[in-house]
Amino acid sequence: MKHSRLPLIITMIVLIFFYLPILVLVINSFNASRFGSTWEGWSLRWYERLWQEREIWQALENSLIIAFSATLVSIVLGSTAAFALHRYQSRLQQFHYTLIYTPLVVPEILMGISLLLFFAAAGMELGLFSIFLAHVTFCISYVALVILGRLQDFDFSIIEAAQDLGANWWTAAWKVLLPLLAPGIIAGGLLAFTLSIDDFVITFFVAGPGSTTLPIRIYSMIKHGSPPLINALSSILLVVTFVAVWLSQRLTGET
Amino acid sequence: MFAITFKPTDPYGGIGAGWTLETLRSLANPNYPAIIWRTIWLSIVTTAICILLATPTGYFIARVSSRWRQIILLLVIVPFWTSFLIRIFAWKVLLHPEGSIKNVLVFFGLIQDNTSLLYNTEAVLLVMVYTFLPFAILPIYAAAEKFDFRLLEAARDLGAHQLRAFISVFLPGIRRGLLTAILVVLIPGLGSYVIPDIVGGTGGEMIGNKIAQRVFADRNLPHASGLSAFLILAVLLPMLAVLLLQRKKERAAPIIEENA
Repeated sequence: MKHSRLPLIITMIVLIFFYLPILVLVINSFNASRFGSTWEGWSLRWYERLWQEREIWQALENSLIIAFSATLVSIVLGSTAAFALHRYQSRLQQFHYTLIYTPLVVPEILMGISLLLFFAAAGMELGLFSIFLAHVTFCISYVALVILGRLQDFDFSIIEAAQDLGANWWTAAWKVLLPLLAPGIIAGGLLAFTLSIDDFVITFFVAGPGSTTLPIRIYSMIKHGSPPLINALSSILLVVTFVAVWLSQRLTGET
Repeated sequence: MFAITFKPTDPYGGIGAGWTLETLRSLANPNYPAIIWRTIWLSIVTTAICILLATPTGYFIARVSSRWRQIILLLVIVPFWTSFLIRIFAWKVLLHPEGSIKNVLVFFGLIQDNTSLLYNTEAVLLVMVYTFLPFAILPIYAAAEKFDFRLLEAARDLGAHQLRAFISVFLPGIRRGLLTAILVVLIPGLGSYVIPDIVGGTGGEMIGNKIAQRVFADRNLPHASGLSAFLILAVLLPMLAVLLLQRKKERAAPIIEENA
């Protein structure tokens, strides 16, 4: 049977549309010229300049600290939330579920402003800690939902079997439940980490002076900084993303 | 355990109660209708374009051989995970007065030398489509992958034209994916702030920018929260609509199965 070529053509257009700007950006990062419009030959000088930018490395460090701590905390809280949601039946559950679900569907700017209002109302100082709290709040939701998905396929009679064989609840949870849930927990954690390190809008609202994260640094560079430096930085980040996605696709494809 | 899991998400509820008082004040400002209208209009057009492009793409990815599918999926997922700041910046460079696209267009005489491609509503629209398109493709692909393509062949064997088969068999088949795609584009679209901020200028401002201005420029938190309350309403409406639609469809579904 003959298939229409239209979907193929549209897909190609979409992919070109996706990659054309990115390609221009990467090529420009090797451009020796200060301005993207003229080509003055290949050069690595923007990458060298990038290496010397203190503020960027400081911002990256902040981002990593927040991402790691927010991921850890949201894994713990998120999995307990998922477990509570799955295990107990009560009228509060619907409410609890909505509560977990809300941050996923609310636009980021609303999350940002409500968190800012909250911190302001609580009289909290804005800084790394407020960013961390903000990231935990939205990461929990993602972690909880990913783990909830795993729990729904989980056969709880295994736990009962372990308990019948003499394990107490904690041993059963530690030795049986946790290893079986590990893929879900890791997937949720990775998601939380990526979201946290990439988040700009929410962080922008709750960040205080001296707590610049990488996305905020990039934003201020876009607004006032020198384009070639961002080109170089973006190219590096693009390569990192590409490798990470490729790796995770390989890993999930094989298991 | 319940108490612990509740604690971090609690802030929304707490603040939510405080919002209602300020709603009226913000709506009284005469400047806002134009911006609100632009926000809604831009989001709807973005959603429409995204769906139009994403549906054939999702269909195509679901149909190609698995080797190619892996590659194309990878190519779609990478922009999905790339920092959207970088992707917006890439467009800013392209649309820049000295950027490549402008030079090409001027060369072919399509635009005047002094036309600005940046800082207008069209630029915002273009970049919004660019940013949200992967979010639309993935749910549509996920739905299309589960779709039984023999149904399409059956429709054509029964004499349906190719396009007609696509519209009346394939589209209802991936209804869920389509609805998800609409939501994941429309909702962030309504709340988008960074895109109009970077490529929009004054001609492309959206509600999000106004909220941020109230917060950062004049530190008027109640005003900002009033605007946010309005935005919440704007977001809740399409969500409720989709929820109702799904309810109706779910109720209708068993009847169809019985008939079949």
